[in-house]
Amino acid sequence: MERVPILKIGDILLVSIQVDMSDQTAIQLQEDLAERIVATGCHGVIIDITALDIVDSFVGRMLSTIASISKVLDAETVVVGMRPAVAITLVELGLSLNGIRTALNVERGMELIAASRADEWDEAADDEGTETTATA
Amino acid sequence: MTTGVDLGVPSTQAIRSDEDVVRVRQLVRTTAVAVRLSLVDQTKLVTAASELARNTLIYGGGGSAEVSTVSDGRRRGVRIVFADEGPGIPDLDLALTDGYTTGGGLGLGLSGARRLVDDFDIWTAVGEGTRITITKWSR
Repeated sequence: MERVPILKIGDILLVSIQVDMSDQTAIQLQEDLAERIVATGCHGVIIDITALDIVDSFVGRMLSTIASISKVLDAETVVVGMRPAVAITLVELGLSLNGIRTALNVERGMELIAASRADEWDEAADDEGTETTATA
Repeated sequence: MTTGVDLGVPSTQAIRSDEDVVRVRQLVRTTAVAVRLSLVDQTKLVTAASELARNTLIYGGGGSAEVSTVSDGRRRGVRIVFADEGPGIPDLDLALTDGYTTGGGLGLGLSGARRLVDDFDIWTAVGEGTRITITKWSR
């Protein structure tokens, strides 16, 4: 069975799927990613599907599952590089990639993750500010 | 309804494992390129084939996909026959409903695949098996 490599770049795990995955390979990737998120403490996952010429219901479900798992592990997932023909087919198939954030390419995906981490920091800072005011 | 004339010898791919589902996708892709389906139509056909090949494996207990090129005089197309000798589908209407599944999937395989192709024909008998024929025509 082939295995999809996971690269760590700063605070982000980057997965670029370059093979036509069997279902087993997809399930393995799901497990490998969960382990790497915990092992590295990364807060972002980018899945590059530029090379995928189809996304069927199985792979679509895998992407949703990865997004949910990483959320629970305090990491955000962005799927990047979906081909136009794949997007058209997904919609007609009836698959709505629930809970998945998308970006056009890896660079935009990294910006998206950086921006949403910054928002969370702001919110956290605001919350602390409110508490301080309340106690004072 | 199935129309059109077969062109050339069909290629058959056995579906016995995960890896065979990948091989079906590759065979369908090559054939779709050969009859010059548009990129979107290739993508739709390969996606439909992937769903149906997986169904053949999971629900039918394995079987085969026979891929051939067809013509109706005006257009060329790709026809695929998925056949298994599994348990068959007791309630076909229900199985063709979006979101219905007995296998823990999303329930989009059969209904979604039907939307992605031009012709969709299904024969099934409980205890005998299932045979699904799909065709995608060039525009």
